[in-house]
Amino acid sequence: MAEGWLKSAAGEGGTMLLQAGGHWDARNVTRLDLQLRDLTPTDDMPVVLDLGAVERLDTAGAWLLYRTLKTCRAGGGRADFAGLTPAYQTMLEQVAANDQPAEIEPPHPAALLAVLERLGRGAVDVGEEAKQQVAFLGLLLVCLAGSLRHPSRLRLVPLVYHMEKVGFNALPIVGLISFLIGVVLAYQGATQLQRFGAEIFVVNLIAVSVLREIAILLTAIVVAGRSGSAFTAEIGSMVVNEEVDAMRTLGLDPMEVLVLPRVLALVITLPLLAFFADMLGLFGGMLMCWLALDISPGLYLERLQDAVSLWSFWVGIIKAPFFAFLIAMVGCLEGLRVTRSAESVGQQTTRSVVTGIFLVIVVDAMFSIFFAAVGV
Amino acid sequence: MEDAIIRVQGLRTQFGDQVIHDNLDLEVRRGEILGIVGGSGTGKSVLLRTIIGLNRPAAGRIEVFGQDLGQATPEERLAVEQRWGVLFQDGALFSSLTVAQNIEVPMKEHLGMPARLRDEIAALKIAMVGLPPEAGSKYPSELSGGMRKRAGLARSLALDPDLIFLDEPTAGLDPIGAANFDQLIRRLQVNLGLTVFMVTHDLDSLHAICDRIAVLAEKRVMVIGTMADMLRHEHPWLQEYFHGPRARAAQPQKEELLEEAST
Repeated sequence: MAEGWLKSAAGEGGTMLLQAGGHWDARNVTRLDLQLRDLTPTDDMPVVLDLGAVERLDTAGAWLLYRTLKTCRAGGGRADFAGLTPAYQTMLEQVAANDQPAEIEPPHPAALLAVLERLGRGAVDVGEEAKQQVAFLGLLLVCLAGSLRHPSRLRLVPLVYHMEKVGFNALPIVGLISFLIGVVLAYQGATQLQRFGAEIFVVNLIAVSVLREIAILLTAIVVAGRSGSAFTAEIGSMVVNEEVDAMRTLGLDPMEVLVLPRVLALVITLPLLAFFADMLGLFGGMLMCWLALDISPGLYLERLQDAVSLWSFWVGIIKAPFFAFLIAMVGCLEGLRVTRSAESVGQQTTRSVVTGIFLVIVVDAMFSIFFAAVGV
Repeated sequence: MEDAIIRVQGLRTQFGDQVIHDNLDLEVRRGEILGIVGGSGTGKSVLLRTIIGLNRPAAGRIEVFGQDLGQATPEERLAVEQRWGVLFQDGALFSSLTVAQNIEVPMKEHLGMPARLRDEIAALKIAMVGLPPEAGSKYPSELSGGMRKRAGLARSLALDPDLIFLDEPTAGLDPIGAANFDQLIRRLQVNLGLTVFMVTHDLDSLHAICDRIAVLAEKRVMVIGTMADMLRHEHPWLQEYFHGPRARAAQPQKEELLEEAST
């Protein structure tokens, strides 16, 4: 690749002669820039920039030459070009005409201030979001009540479609996770309980933890990641596409068309998924007890009857519709909050999953307190 | 024989069974603005994407700056890529970077320029495409469509290319914005000695700034020539395209623009 070069020499009559040559283009300016910045013309010495040997000049090269001339002149000295061809002349004029400093980045506030600002904004955002969630909850309940009064307005086909997507299609992943958790609980519990010779109580451990907490919580988290995010992404891309606006102008209520079928689908299927998770969790535990602890399936089932009351089972299942409602509501709300850029679909999807899981765990804690208070 | 910057020979592109181009030949000469027109689905954008290497041709030879891109090593390819710039339809700016940082990306990646020089040159390009100085620190989402296109053009000019590809540069702009953009392209082309390969539907642009026009139809370049050639041609599609109701409104205005650009 052709090089660009710069030579400095003493010219006639006490001038400083800078000879430029070769290719003054974007590929060579980095080196030439260093050379030119190092150059300090002595005061009052007129500078002549000779372009006679330049073979190629582009805007980057022209900028360097122009800038050198400008700095020399700003220092009070005289500076001129020599050996200009008309093409170079045009290029230099072009650069001179566009000499305007631009902002590169938005100004950064001081570090402490930035932290405070973010904290403040974050707090306001949380408040704002909570407000929107409450407002959305209200809208959703009104819409739900309307649909219950006129069941014919309920959209059955989308409801079944979403039930298949969020419920039936989630069976394998929910089942696998619960099964493995059952296995792990049995194994970990057994190694601890063996020290007291109380292996048999591993059945109680599995039954109580799987039925009351683990199965439903894991299912809710998987569903939030799987379906809550899908709701946000689906509705969000419809917002970006202006489909939601089109819907409104056609007199369709997005709440009724998009949100309600999704919420209902999840509220109906999550309890079923939770039941499925219960069964597979217990089955995983049973298998592990049989293989590792020689507790036969018969004995396991017998212990199970003693260990848990029916309420342990209901405690888990009762929570499911509430979790489902939260996940679906947050998923749809975040989808509708997408602004008209593809980027915000991604942001809101992340937000939907995080908020969904957070709310699920908060409500789960509240349920624990409630059930403890009523004594089940 | 004029100096060809792009030479496409026997190009065939297809997606699955669907053949888009078959035995397509095209030459783009140094220093010209070539407009590519054609009905919807004739593969104008596909042709552009194939030349710049985003689609793989099924057969044929594409030469840019005398380099056969099908045979080029990655280094040779990179050398060619640094000599062209591409403006995608909506600018395709990186959304996490400001306009100025977008313009600096190629300078930083390929030439390793120091930050100070990069900032200076980015400022120069911002001014050259007619953006106000404060636009440099804005993020793409804060800009209007026209400004995003200008910023995209500035980025495509970052390495002072010899050749730029424009994909529907005036689509989505209002007529005033579109005319200004045409003028900008013409001015840059004259002043920087660029060759421009432009996919467009805009009859005003075709009249105003294109030196030659290539019409894609029947999976190849059916006609290539000046606007006068197009107007004379007898093919029904061309007749309809260049003599239709919308065409009549787009008066030839190239001379005016050329004058403006040279002043």
